Amino acid sequence: MSKRTVQFKIYRYDPDKDEAPYMQDIEVELDPHDVKLLDALVKIKAKDDSLSFRRSCREGVCGSDAMNVNGTNALACLTDVDSLAQPIVLRPLPGLPVIRDLIVDMTQFFKQYHSIKPYLINDEPPPERERLQTPEEREELNGLYECILCACCSTACPSFWWNPDKFVGPSGLLNAYRFIADTRDRATNERLDNLEDPYRLFRCHTIMSCVHVCPKSLNPTRAIGKIKDLMVRRAV
Amino acid sequence: MVKPIVVGAHYGLKDWIVQRATAIYMALFSLVFAFCLLGLPEFSFSAWTELFSAACVRFFGFLFVLSLCYHAWIGVRDIWMDYVKPVGVRLALHLITFFLLAGYAGWAIRILWRL
Repeated sequence: MSKRTVQFKIYRYDPDKDEAPYMQDIEVELDPHDVKLLDALVKIKAKDDSLSFRRSCREGVCGSDAMNVNGTNALACLTDVDSLAQPIVLRPLPGLPVIRDLIVDMTQFFKQYHSIKPYLINDEPPPERERLQTPEEREELNGLYECILCACCSTACPSFWWNPDKFVGPSGLLNAYRFIADTRDRATNERLDNLEDPYRLFRCHTIMSCVHVCPKSLNPTRAIGKIKDLMVRRAV
Repeated sequence: MVKPIVVGAHYGLKDWIVQRATAIYMALFSLVFAFCLLGLPEFSFSAWTELFSAACVRFFGFLFVLSLCYHAWIGVRDIWMDYVKPVGVRLALHLITFFLLAGYAGWAIRILWRL
């Protein structure tokens, strides 16, 4: 890959300086080794250090650099810059308050995550070594435990945009099912009670935007369906 | 006064099941009813009246109206829940929707029984 110039349109907003958000046109020359969108952003920041965005692991594990790229939520570190139509339009994740530029306030997102009690609940005396699972039982957690809480899915969900204070959102519900599906957990009924609510679970209208944007290729819609399935089995 | 965010109404599952069940019933009824219409000797008021004079058509037709109203109630209520934030306005819209649909159901019964 050779040197090339890439055009960007980036959402800028510094509440201390700007009256209102605006889109800034930026051109950056990328070196052959600049492959990912995050590489380009780091290069832009080297020229203009007022540009703010979160990043940490730069390999799709920490979930810090989620942003809206050409209208679709994605992780900058996993997105090939050459695969994007130019000018590349970068905005903060939709539906959450903007702190500055591409940085959003994730408080509401994590409130919902904490509301599903994202930890094993088991009051039985622990065995001498560990609580064992069969390979089949462990298999149930695949496609669930990999969530990195980047918020790409929840901020792509219109139901979460309208009711972020009441609807748990796809990420929270995927994680809720991760603990419901865990055979070592003993709080399945309490977890289902916690979700049986017209807002917390049933705001999901199965439009599957969450599945479309998940950078880890997870399927929150399927997890939500399994929660509903368990509720039906419990009630009927 | 800061109003706390309250959730935990503990309903939703029944409506979710009923919405799907009524959708399936309406789809099946529409198919069967379309076949019944195609089987009519002629498309006239008398043929239509004769079709509706059968007790089973009235029974299943009435069920269709009830299904449609319940299905519409859940769907429209969901729209108010999604988009209308002030609780007073939402409650008023819920009541208007409920009474409107109840009125439509009563009207449909009158039409079905009059035929």
